[in-house]
Amino acid sequence: MNAPFAVSRRGFLVAGAVAGGGLWLGLAPDAEAAAAAPAALNHWVRIAPDNAITIVSQNPEIGQGIKTSIPMLVAEELDVDWSQVTIEQALADAKTYGRQVAGGSMATTLQYDSMRRVGAGARAMLVAAAAAGWGVDAATLTTGSGMVRHAASGRSASYGSLAEAAAKLPAPDMKTLALKNPKDFRIIGKPATGVDNRKVVTGAPLFGIDVTLPGMKIAVLHKCPVIGGKVASADLAGVKAQKGVSDAFVVAPVGDLYALAGGVAIIADSFWAANKARDALKVTWDEGAGTGQSTPGFVAEAARLAGQKGQQTIFEAGDPAGAMAGAAKRVKARYEYPFLAHSPLEPMNCTARVTGSKVEIWAPTQNPEPGRKAVAETLGVAESDITIHMMRCGGGFGRRLTNEYMVEAAWIARAAGVPVKLVWSREDDMTHGNLRPAGFHHLEAGLDDKGNVTAWTNHFVSFGNNGQFSRAAGLDATQFPARFVPNFRAEASLLPLVTPTNFMRAPANNAFGFVMQGFIDELAHASGMDPVAFRLQLLGPSRLVGEVGKRDSYDAGRARGVLQTAAKMAGWGRKLPARSGLGIAFHFSHLGYFANVIEVSVAASGDVKVHKVWVAGDVGRQIVNPSGAINQVVGSVIDALGGTMGLAITLKNGVIEQSNFGDYPLPRMTDAPPVEVSFVLSDNDPTGMGEPAYPAVPPALANAIFAATGVRLRTMPIDTALLKA
Amino acid sequence: MATELMVNGKIMRVEAEPDMPLLWVLRDVLGMTGTKFGCGAAYCGACTVHLDGAPVRACQTPLESVGKARITTIEGLAATPLGRKLQDAWVTLDVPQCGYCQAGQLMSAAALLAETPKPGDAEIDAAMNGNLCRCATYTRIKAAIKLAAGAKA
Repeated sequence: MNAPFAVSRRGFLVAGAVAGGGLWLGLAPDAEAAAAAPAALNHWVRIAPDNAITIVSQNPEIGQGIKTSIPMLVAEELDVDWSQVTIEQALADAKTYGRQVAGGSMATTLQYDSMRRVGAGARAMLVAAAAAGWGVDAATLTTGSGMVRHAASGRSASYGSLAEAAAKLPAPDMKTLALKNPKDFRIIGKPATGVDNRKVVTGAPLFGIDVTLPGMKIAVLHKCPVIGGKVASADLAGVKAQKGVSDAFVVAPVGDLYALAGGVAIIADSFWAANKARDALKVTWDEGAGTGQSTPGFVAEAARLAGQKGQQTIFEAGDPAGAMAGAAKRVKARYEYPFLAHSPLEPMNCTARVTGSKVEIWAPTQNPEPGRKAVAETLGVAESDITIHMMRCGGGFGRRLTNEYMVEAAWIARAAGVPVKLVWSREDDMTHGNLRPAGFHHLEAGLDDKGNVTAWTNHFVSFGNNGQFSRAAGLDATQFPARFVPNFRAEASLLPLVTPTNFMRAPANNAFGFVMQGFIDELAHASGMDPVAFRLQLLGPSRLVGEVGKRDSYDAGRARGVLQTAAKMAGWGRKLPARSGLGIAFHFSHLGYFANVIEVSVAASGDVKVHKVWVAGDVGRQIVNPSGAINQVVGSVIDALGGTMGLAITLKNGVIEQSNFGDYPLPRMTDAPPVEVSFVLSDNDPTGMGEPAYPAVPPALANAIFAATGVRLRTMPIDTALLKA
Repeated sequence: MATELMVNGKIMRVEAEPDMPLLWVLRDVLGMTGTKFGCGAAYCGACTVHLDGAPVRACQTPLESVGKARITTIEGLAATPLGRKLQDAWVTLDVPQCGYCQAGQLMSAAALLAETPKPGDAEIDAAMNGNLCRCATYTRIKAAIKLAAGAKA
């Protein structure tokens, strides 16, 4: 959590000739890759003699719009028209491309500068080629719309016509390249529609699940309903006799539950035939240790642990016990939130073809390289023998940061001896996903008579084994208001867990926002202070808390900025009718500062209607693609509202009790309020957009409900039965 | 069993079991992957197609129930001016995030506008509430329907 994130300019620009006379230019992550680059097939920019300009998108596209926004950076500095470029998806190949991950909202942060330099580098080579050809000083040349021009002589040439000559020049040093003044931007900062949108609206094959190979079969993998269980014995004759079924076999577990959990593979001509054949399956399971897991059991055990000393200390400052004892007022509260399933709409799937030792994979994945490693280890093949095509993902939300479906597809394809598209049913995904961890927070705060928080303690009961937090179940030491309260203690105790967990959009923060900003709201009311004024007092003066360049450094000024902007947008303080209210919250995560105000009314029945959400976000001085950025923020807000209002995954004897969208009701159009978004453009480097707008939404909703009803909701999903008039 | 279907104006002969849902006939037998699988239980609407112009969930439509009905899928949406208007509106307003549900959204929207050329908010909600968008692009979907309908978005 405390890793430096400062943008590295250590890459090397590399360039060469495309067969047929064009120019390619790439950015090698290190010297070794730079030396190998001419042999690489893929590059960031290609300019063909016919002026066809191709920009390669290196990151997985999951709906965050990265296949549009990052190439916009290249096109801007290359000085071409956006309409002139074609965007091509890169293969998964971290050795050539460096980081290829849709996670942590890091692409913009890491690539805003470097991808501009890629564009500027190619432009500089084309200009140099024109200058040499015309015998003029490069400084007298201008560019625009893919042309180099010499005003004095009236000469001009297309980039395509210069590409062959440019390819003979050395690539420039990326550190010395001049970049455009942002006031001259023609692409960055202008709303652009997604580059794949025309394919989306015409139903063209695009997603992983659309992949079709010659001779391909469809597979399902039927798993033990109890997570972590495996096949004890199976009678497969009945399955093999089903129409359309060509094969069925037991897959034994290999590695952990993020690799090959095992089950019964059924191979058929269609998903329908394979899926239906499960009904004819006779299998007995070795259910394993997972059967001990139940949600009521976790709740009871969490309460027991909360009465004891924390098993580990996360962060401590000052004298929390002494300050608490001396506080003018003390407030205690317990907050709780459930497991959640990511549930991207495209079910997990992967297509694999195994030919001898070579494995070729078509996967919708957010994180291909760990998948390559897992496939290599599980199948016993070399990583270099694995080719991974990154397919557009029908949603990610963190679900596809793990690649167990990739391992399964490769294993099953090899065992079946035919190319296989593995498709999970919706029920498979909901009952065998990697969950957003549930959690329990036991908070106490001490206040002085001026509304200052003098002490804060939190006993966080989370999940983990052998003293290690389960994935995405940890509490970071710098989670606000750590460092803003002089006497502070955060400690944790762990409940053992078999079920795999993983990062979900704004991981940890998606729940911590609710806890911290809900409790802070309670403290504001306990102090008799306005919730905005109380928060500004808690933040204190504008300053950086932490070290410059650290990911968890907290800029109080930026938090104040978004808080005040959101309050202003919503008309904070205005009078509302009975059982209506405004709630506010702010949160910092993924390098972004967001605050929002939510207006609700609560019916006598307890039903909550969200009338509007006002969002202020600070992700730095430049929004790359305002259209995509607003889409991300609005989507995050509605996603978060949906999660707060009605979603929970519960366990009973190791089995997840929800199975489809009937009992896991994602928000629908009628659940989507108007969302007004404003970006506060602070003088900071641009950072990512996919996650940080989420965490401040659940608490603002709970705080608005409190303002409307006087009922404080401390458990997600909220129980509207408590809100009856 | 061989069945003749009229898909996007073309007669197609398929070999499939009579109880196979149309979704899988389209995707796995005919290789038309534009129609999407989301839930298999009519909760999400990703598989929405038209039978004689009416929106149906293809995952709940057995092949044997289709009969002589004209099937329109997302691949055939551009055949009508209304379909093209909707597609253009979707692109203009940059509706999709991941895009996976949008084929179903467009098919539901096309059926709505064919019946109700200038729908109000309540009519849009009623027609579209069966279509989930996990990315929650609902406000843009609504705006795009209004844009295609020629109404002020």
